[in-house]
Amino acid sequence: MQHAGFRAAAQQVAFRRRDFLRAAGLMGASAPLLSFGPLRAATRPRGRRVVVVTFGGGARDEETFAPDGQENIPHLISTLLPQAAFYSQVVNRGILGHYVATASLATGAYETFDNFAATPPANPTVFEYYRKALHRPATDAWVVAPSNGFNRIGESDARGYGPGLGAGVILPKHLLAAAMPQHRQSDFTHLLRDNYEDPYYTPDLHGGQFELTQLDSILRLSVNEFTGHALSLSSADELSVYVAHQLMRQLSPSLLWITLHDMDVAHSGAYSLYVDGIRRSDRLCAEIWKIIQTEPEYAGRTTMLVLPDFGRDSDFDSGGNGFQHHRTGDALSRTTWMMALGPGIRQGAMIDRPVQSTDLVPTIGALMGFTTPLAQGRALTEVLG
Amino acid sequence: MTPAQLRPEDFASYPAQARSLAVSQLPLLQTLPLVFAALLLREARDFDWRFPPEQQAIEDQFSFLSSLPLSQRETLLRGFAAVQLPESARRIPWVAQPQQFLDALTAALWSTHQIDGFRQSAKLYASAWRQAHPEPQPAVPRLTVVVLGADLKLDGYPLFRKLRSHGVLVPQVTGDDGWSTLAALAQKRAQSHPATAGHLYIDGGEADSSLAAHLATTSYLALASVREQLLERISAMLTTANSGPEQLRTTMAQITPQSLHWPATSGDEAFRRFQLDVLTEGSGTQIFSTTFVQWAAREALRRAQPLTLVMRFAPRQHSLNMNEMLSGKTQGNATDPGGSLVDADMGAFYAWIDQQRLAGAEQSAFLAWSQAHQQAILIGPAVPRNTVAGAPMTMHQMLAQLA
Repeated sequence: MQHAGFRAAAQQVAFRRRDFLRAAGLMGASAPLLSFGPLRAATRPRGRRVVVVTFGGGARDEETFAPDGQENIPHLISTLLPQAAFYSQVVNRGILGHYVATASLATGAYETFDNFAATPPANPTVFEYYRKALHRPATDAWVVAPSNGFNRIGESDARGYGPGLGAGVILPKHLLAAAMPQHRQSDFTHLLRDNYEDPYYTPDLHGGQFELTQLDSILRLSVNEFTGHALSLSSADELSVYVAHQLMRQLSPSLLWITLHDMDVAHSGAYSLYVDGIRRSDRLCAEIWKIIQTEPEYAGRTTMLVLPDFGRDSDFDSGGNGFQHHRTGDALSRTTWMMALGPGIRQGAMIDRPVQSTDLVPTIGALMGFTTPLAQGRALTEVLG
Repeated sequence: MTPAQLRPEDFASYPAQARSLAVSQLPLLQTLPLVFAALLLREARDFDWRFPPEQQAIEDQFSFLSSLPLSQRETLLRGFAAVQLPESARRIPWVAQPQQFLDALTAALWSTHQIDGFRQSAKLYASAWRQAHPEPQPAVPRLTVVVLGADLKLDGYPLFRKLRSHGVLVPQVTGDDGWSTLAALAQKRAQSHPATAGHLYIDGGEADSSLAAHLATTSYLALASVREQLLERISAMLTTANSGPEQLRTTMAQITPQSLHWPATSGDEAFRRFQLDVLTEGSGTQIFSTTFVQWAAREALRRAQPLTLVMRFAPRQHSLNMNEMLSGKTQGNATDPGGSLVDADMGAFYAWIDQQRLAGAEQSAFLAWSQAHQQAILIGPAVPRNTVAGAPMTMHQMLAQLA
């Protein structure tokens, strides 16, 4: 990973992404903003909230920020990017499996457990840092994630952290599967759709995940309301956003983590379905941002961070099969981007220096005012406003 | 066991030719790093049912390695020797089960951050042996034809967008003899330059019997029974404790044509095994016909390196819950003509890339044609790049321009 070839390739990916954006006339005002001062903590608003949106299922430049790909992300390009600081080169040096990579994002350290094992992260999660340092209740940190595997992502088994200090985890598909009437299961199958790899992995759920019995007590939803609304949705990711919105309304967690996963259908080899997933994620990101702007507890004091967990293989790497997988470890599969929006964020800023996906947790810590001592990354000062 | 401890009897489970090859190369194998020896044996173990170019590549590698002085060989392979293996991987019987060993190795390389160094070592080695033993040039320039079948349709979709800069876009293909003209050319090439698996035909629906009579042929429909049996096994695994993608992969790799009651016909063992590999190693090939055609073509080009490849995409089923599709009980499911067109368009791009990876790429010809939209793209040494044909063309005219 340290060799010059990879760095050059990663930079090429980032510069190409930047060129695409500039060509689209989106970053014209960014030039004066490419260097930044240090963190000005005193200016940060009190009661700041953070919403993290990750794409669990990498998205490549070809289908997003490249000229032909921009048609797939109109909301990211036209609505969110002009308001955002954009990191064009976020490198993931860890294992390119979705659960372990998302866990690494959440801990700020490269986790090394089996991607298909029901294992808690070894390092403290951002939720544990947050709750422990700021003495926050369990209701203040939540994860909404795809069902299989992610049930252990809310808290680690790290010494001094762990059980009781993490986030609540809602697995919307698991919840729906439990809630839907047996005789109407076929009505909901489109919302239970997994990626190609997940059906092979169905661990027993245990840990801090949300139970059906909490639907009413926490989300203030009856089973009928929940399943009735679910019928109006078209995908599992839409269900996740719906559940996240209910959480925001009822509990207003200060730290909310949403993982979208529809695009990982790419593993089935159907390019059209992969692109559909990207388009849906694009629309849902805009929808989440709109919710943030309209919910009183979030409006004006919420930072949203959007990033894929990693990319996917290049069309031209002979070891892979293009968009279908993320197995080669090539520059395209390891290099992705991040968007930051919200109060104090320098709108339209483009940051080209390479950063790592493990920098996310220290950045959230700096935004919200807690330290992340076991994280490997460093806070991204450019977004701290 | 280390490579130095290898004995002839360790290859007892190998088929005849593979066993003979491994035993004849025993002195060399005993000097190789464990990881590299397992990689080489993974290829050699199936020697008996490899395609001729694959067999040649295996023999070339043994020849190349034998030709190097020991110190030079050790230098070239030191990246493999430096791999730190977990004890659990070392316990796997890597001679008898090299694939299982390599699956464990892959997991270890990722979890210990050795994957990038390993990739570099592999590239260095491949470059060195290909420099010493260049791939042979094809007897005639290769031809790959991709047909997006008549039922694949999506109005307004910009076809062949990724290929346009490499050739001539034909916005209007005329005539109703396009398929028969293509089939006649493929048949003629197969007869003029006979070669084992040198001329292949892959169909996402039902194969055209007239073409299948002359080309080694596989089709999604013809493999329905095999696919159903595989899906049954997958479904059974989904309900088994301790199952997971890695366990599934290991199980799938152990499936043989015999275990599926797939009858052999004389002389086609390599092709029968190839078709099974497409279904057991390819993600999605069991459930989407478009994925089946794309992956089969990729593997055919990589492994058989055919002189002629005809691929025809047919509509795939609509996407459903993955568990439902893996159940194999979706026969009544409707097809998705628009999504299939998008899949096939990308499949055409990948087929062109895969063809470009082979020896003789600069002389190769490529044609992709949408029957429903009557558009095509031509790529070859005789064809200008990034051009749009100014007039309608028949299939005869397009093939003449490619020749």
